Amino acid sequence: MSSALTQPSKFKSWYRKNDIAITPWLFLLPAVLFFATYVIVPIGQSFWISFHMWDGLGEKTFVGMDNYERLLGLGDQKMDRKFETSFWNNIKWLLLYLLAIPMGLFIALFLNQTVTGIRLYKSLFFFPFVISQVVVGLVFSWFYLPNDGLFDVIMGWFGVDIRGGVLGNPNTATYGIIAAGLWPQTAYCMILYLTGLNSVDPEQVEAGRLDGAKGFRMLWYVILPQLRPATFIAFVVTIIGALRSFDFIAVMTNGGPFGSTRVLSFFMFEESLSEFGFRMGYGAAIAVVLFFIMLGFIAYFLYQMWRDEKEGR
Amino acid sequence: MFPTPIQQRSRASQFSYQVFLPIALVLWLLPLIAVMIFSVKPDGDFVKGNFWGLPSSFEFFNNYGRVFFASDMPQYLLNSVFITVPTVIGAVALSSMTGFALGVYKFRGNLLIFFMFIAGNFVPFQILMVPVRDLTVNLNLYDTKLGLILFHIAFQTGFCTLFMRNFIRALPFSLIEAARVEGVAEWKIFVYVVLPLMKPAIAALSVLIFTFIWNDYFWAIVLTQGPDAQPVTAGITAFNSQYRAAYHMMSAGSIVAAIPPVFMFFLMQKHFIAGLTLGAVK
Repeated sequence: MSSALTQPSKFKSWYRKNDIAITPWLFLLPAVLFFATYVIVPIGQSFWISFHMWDGLGEKTFVGMDNYERLLGLGDQKMDRKFETSFWNNIKWLLLYLLAIPMGLFIALFLNQTVTGIRLYKSLFFFPFVISQVVVGLVFSWFYLPNDGLFDVIMGWFGVDIRGGVLGNPNTATYGIIAAGLWPQTAYCMILYLTGLNSVDPEQVEAGRLDGAKGFRMLWYVILPQLRPATFIAFVVTIIGALRSFDFIAVMTNGGPFGSTRVLSFFMFEESLSEFGFRMGYGAAIAVVLFFIMLGFIAYFLYQMWRDEKEGR
Repeated sequence: MFPTPIQQRSRASQFSYQVFLPIALVLWLLPLIAVMIFSVKPDGDFVKGNFWGLPSSFEFFNNYGRVFFASDMPQYLLNSVFITVPTVIGAVALSSMTGFALGVYKFRGNLLIFFMFIAGNFVPFQILMVPVRDLTVNLNLYDTKLGLILFHIAFQTGFCTLFMRNFIRALPFSLIEAARVEGVAEWKIFVYVVLPLMKPAIAALSVLIFTFIWNDYFWAIVLTQGPDAQPVTAGITAFNSQYRAAYHMMSAGSIVAAIPPVFMFFLMQKHFIAGLTLGAVK
């Protein structure tokens, strides 16, 4: 190689000969380096840190499985109460967030018409997704204010009084936050389905009509199978979104009241960078657990994409 | 078309559809409309408990003037611009290269590298948080815009590569073969043949990444602190502690923070939606 560099003409001809073999690697090099440094390697480092006690500044102390034992309650320890709450809240998020998919489909069906101004309607319905989650969270927290919030006022008409307001009450706070999160997520699913509906084969719809399919049956047997790609993506982004939920919780309740709205992502952040000192090792252990939960979904998504990839050839 | 076009239905249902459409929209956007009204209310309305009624006076200039001239908001907004724009450029540049490499060439490990990019994109942020923060501190980039930009470029390259590679695969391969027959060097094929055809993909990715990065909150609070480097999503929380319980000010601040991506969306709506719904249609 060094001789090739000292003799540029030779290098050039060598390069020209191997152009097709080398070019892709040269094109990949900067991005792969970047991605490895900031994404791939840190995943491994997090695993390593999770076996240590570390305040983020001084020396790391190796503690083996201690962090996991304390977190998951292995051996003779009890499971960390905060972890338990966070885990079940994550499950709630996962299940309820999926409502965004049918809700998005419903709105898409409602808007899939050609009346004047419908394009503007579609983009205005999509609006919530463009706004940052921080702002959406803030807006919803005012909406939920005890006594003064519109939600509380409306509930008052029905004689329902949620003590401390939606976000101040440990029984309702998580649901209140999920509802706020569903707003932009539904908009996202809606736009996926609107695009999908656009490319539904009109001949199949006609054929279905001739066979007497109408309304829900038509939707279920003729339309939905054709919307499969849209449903798949809606599923992917909703699952990932549910497990990534952080902004809403940080802005709306900061984990409270009494820690009842923590999810794993928030719990991890809190432990690692809390005001009571940095517990990076424990935080990393939480992150690893979250990673494994997500890995199940990631593997499934990748498998689906890989299958499509094989079929596409 | 499904559902049945409204034009083929009875006059009554056409009429009710036309009436219901704007009502549904108002209900759907109620939270936003409320904030807009909040942001032009005078302070006194909230003290008197007039939260959801009409404003007793129109204080648009007063409230927004204070956001721009009596707070750190302009600084935060500028920070956001200086973080978002370089990230967009960096991520789009890197991923058009990877997209080209992975979309055009057949070599061992192609699919493996491609799936590495996709998988990395799905990973929870938290598993990256401690090491990335540590790395940023060690590089002396903690609490700088550059520290955020470098991470964002690296992370967004995952999603962008997925997008670009699929886009390039859909291009007619015969164009590249024709250029090869002519003896054009591979990098020239990228610059003169493929890149011009990628304009729609570049536009779509640019608006998408702009919105994603502008709206990022997690990394903003992990890698920066204070008005020197923090973007507006993190700044809004500082702004809110300055104006605690002053809902008119918090609303005005939120709207200001939310406007740039909204503006981008309306400006490049077609590209934005094309980017977002990639893969939703086969």
